[in-house]
Amino acid sequence: MLGLSKKDTFFFLFVVFLTMATPIILQPFPEGSALAQFNAGYPDLMQRFAIYGIFAIGFNILFGLTGYLSFGHAAFLGVGSYSVVWMYKLLNYNVVPGLVLAIITSGLFALLIGYISLRRSGIYFSILTLAFAQMSFNLAYSVLTPLTNGETGLQVYNDDPQILLGANHPLGPHFFGIVMQDSAKINVGGWQWTFNNGYYFCAIIAVIAFYLSLRIFRSPFGTMLRAIKTNQTRMNYTGLNPRPYTLAAFVISGMYAGLAGGLLAAMDPLAGAERMQWTASGEVVLMTILGGAGTLMGPVLGAGFIKYFENIFSKINDGILHHWFSALPDGVEEFLVFIFHPFIGKGWSLTLGLLFMLVVIFLPGGLIEGGRRLGNLFTGKSRKPTTPAKDPEHHPKPAPHVA
Amino acid sequence: MSKKFILNRRSVLKYGSAGAVTALATPYFFTRGALAEGENYLNAPKGDTVTFGFNVPQTGPYADEGADELDAYKLAVDHLNGEGDGGCLSTFSSKVLKGNGVLGKKVAYVTGDTQTKSDAARASAKSMIEKDGAVMITGGSSSGVAVAVQGLCQEAGVIFMAALTHSNDTTGKDKKANGFRHFFNAYMSGAALAPVLEKAYGKDRRAYHLTADYTWGWTQQASIQKFTEEIGWETVNNVLTPLAATDFSSYIAPVLNSGADVLVLNHYGGNMVNSLTQAVQFGLRDKMVNGKQFEIIVPLYSELMAKGAGDNIKGVYGSMNWNWTLPDEGTKVFVKSFGEKYGRPPSNAAQTAYAQTLLYADAAERAGTFNPCGIVGALEGFDFDGLGNGPTHYRAADHQCFKDVLVVKGKEEPSSQYDTLEVVEVTPRAQVEYAPDNEMFAGGDLGKCNPGA
Repeated sequence: MLGLSKKDTFFFLFVVFLTMATPIILQPFPEGSALAQFNAGYPDLMQRFAIYGIFAIGFNILFGLTGYLSFGHAAFLGVGSYSVVWMYKLLNYNVVPGLVLAIITSGLFALLIGYISLRRSGIYFSILTLAFAQMSFNLAYSVLTPLTNGETGLQVYNDDPQILLGANHPLGPHFFGIVMQDSAKINVGGWQWTFNNGYYFCAIIAVIAFYLSLRIFRSPFGTMLRAIKTNQTRMNYTGLNPRPYTLAAFVISGMYAGLAGGLLAAMDPLAGAERMQWTASGEVVLMTILGGAGTLMGPVLGAGFIKYFENIFSKINDGILHHWFSALPDGVEEFLVFIFHPFIGKGWSLTLGLLFMLVVIFLPGGLIEGGRRLGNLFTGKSRKPTTPAKDPEHHPKPAPHVA
Repeated sequence: MSKKFILNRRSVLKYGSAGAVTALATPYFFTRGALAEGENYLNAPKGDTVTFGFNVPQTGPYADEGADELDAYKLAVDHLNGEGDGGCLSTFSSKVLKGNGVLGKKVAYVTGDTQTKSDAARASAKSMIEKDGAVMITGGSSSGVAVAVQGLCQEAGVIFMAALTHSNDTTGKDKKANGFRHFFNAYMSGAALAPVLEKAYGKDRRAYHLTADYTWGWTQQASIQKFTEEIGWETVNNVLTPLAATDFSSYIAPVLNSGADVLVLNHYGGNMVNSLTQAVQFGLRDKMVNGKQFEIIVPLYSELMAKGAGDNIKGVYGSMNWNWTLPDEGTKVFVKSFGEKYGRPPSNAAQTAYAQTLLYADAAERAGTFNPCGIVGALEGFDFDGLGNGPTHYRAADHQCFKDVLVVKGKEEPSSQYDTLEVVEVTPRAQVEYAPDNEMFAGGDLGKCNPGA
């Protein structure tokens, strides 16, 4: 189906199911229960899961396949956001022109940065992209303020032209009249599920983005990108010029980032310069590594994981801890609150850092590897493949530690 | 890659497609938004509690200010719910708050981390509105963040009570009907400082500005320049410094050769601590230029900055919204209950946070509803007293509070680590007032109050 192998079709359908059922899956606890704090099924966070999922999928096409580590992808995110908000300001609140412009401008921008940066590889490439991203950030922050409104961020004002804005058009981002902000809430038992237009808009685009990336992974082009990661010199010797392939991968992932940035502004009509800061570029690297670089699903999981911590853990405060442990004797309660205090609220990044370390040390393949190991555990399969590799003579012997 | 799925692909396919179909086919005839029956506004409180959202920077450069604000918010909630000593409820001129919650509902709160970034701040505010059902968001520490969150609250349909934000834009070109600011602004700083500077340093001065390169820095620089030029000062130069800068020596060296005899530091937080310290180390304050003693001015002071800069602030002029050493009853009561709970005097950021929470609760009580439009009606043109700033007026035209402004000076002989600033003059409200269409505030539009439904 859809040009996918049988296995991939099932995988793809599984992803579609997960995305569509997200509003239900992310609300495991009934409203009003103590654990409702951990529910994540509210529109803003679900939108972020989908959007940063797209960002990470795109980043993975570059990093996961070619091994080129870009530290400047946030620049494309920002360019996408600014494009969309400018379309709001000039035309009207329909998100389509903005998203199209976001993909085009970020693509051109990626072409320019990629053309220059890809003259180097390895750490030099990373540094070049980082430099470009910081340049873009500083330009947006204080130099190009007429275009970006500086630190305050670009917003839509009542006196903007908005030439296509009709009398009864919605005054918030919409897709041909479907207003992103609107949701339907359904109460089933103690559970409350929020089905938000904006989320489903992002989710459908994310599924398309995922499908495209799946096709790229399975295509000859994807194989070529993997070859670059494996051994670029050998590729040169066989007479292939790797640069057009890396540049194409760079531009594609830049366009994914631009689309993600555009969607951020499509959900919330504001574009801020700090979206382009190097920390944002670093975040997508963390997402990809945390989830599993080079895997299809990993980056999406990583994105969800980080956004979950940023939004849910940072909101747990001492008051809530006291509430949880209130059944325990006073001394024990105080002690537990004292123990947990550094890891919640403003300590969310500490918790995330610890988990990141644990994942990198014990699951070098990211969360995906963790999932696979768990799966193997349940199905009784051993960790290593039991069948010996075909044609063992033609495989290199394991190299001794000290050569 | 997909090995784990293949094992149960039949069930995955079966349940997966069934689930997808159900989710897609879910009809949309259910209630739109979180509307309670009868109450036609967003997040109308249902049970016996009402939720406020405290959105402050807990990480990043303004984390100290954020922590102080959060403490003040918690104190305000205690007082509203009748815990603690009641604080300013006894001195507040409006007597409708009784310490039994607001409109008979106990006040609950959620907290979030803005990270001093507009994006993160909006994400956190959104989760408060969408997940926790907050009817009011309050917080701040950076004008950019305050403006961004204020815009969000306007779109979503909840009230935003701005805390620490000093840029003219918050109630100028970025003003919103659902947003209110109790804190003073850059224009007021300029208007209050200029006469004091004239008295202390004379009419014939040449000023050199170092300005943090973002919205707040620009509006403050423009305000100070306007008012000092009105008293006859000359502006020699204005140099913009990047917000992330920590070393200002390359900016300070040219000041010596510019012929200027006053340095104005339009910096805040860590920036100000560094630039002031380096200016003093360069010996600027010991110089004689044009036959006059060289002087440094820091237009916006905070207690935390004063503490960070240590001895270097001695004798340096600046302005403040409020100071814990003021003698009025409201201040005394607030400082006492804050001190008893946290063991230190509150900063002026904490005071504005506390006052804004009480003002919101009082407006809800007087309006008889949490409906944002009711709140807007109750706060517009509201006159009050007893919260520490003297008689104060919430102007309807731009939702800015008008009250006395303090001109302060770094104390020569501080008696404790908190006693770093002395109040030189309390500039009366009339002197800092301006027309809503003043050129520094023009271009904005309040719009209509949005109840979110």
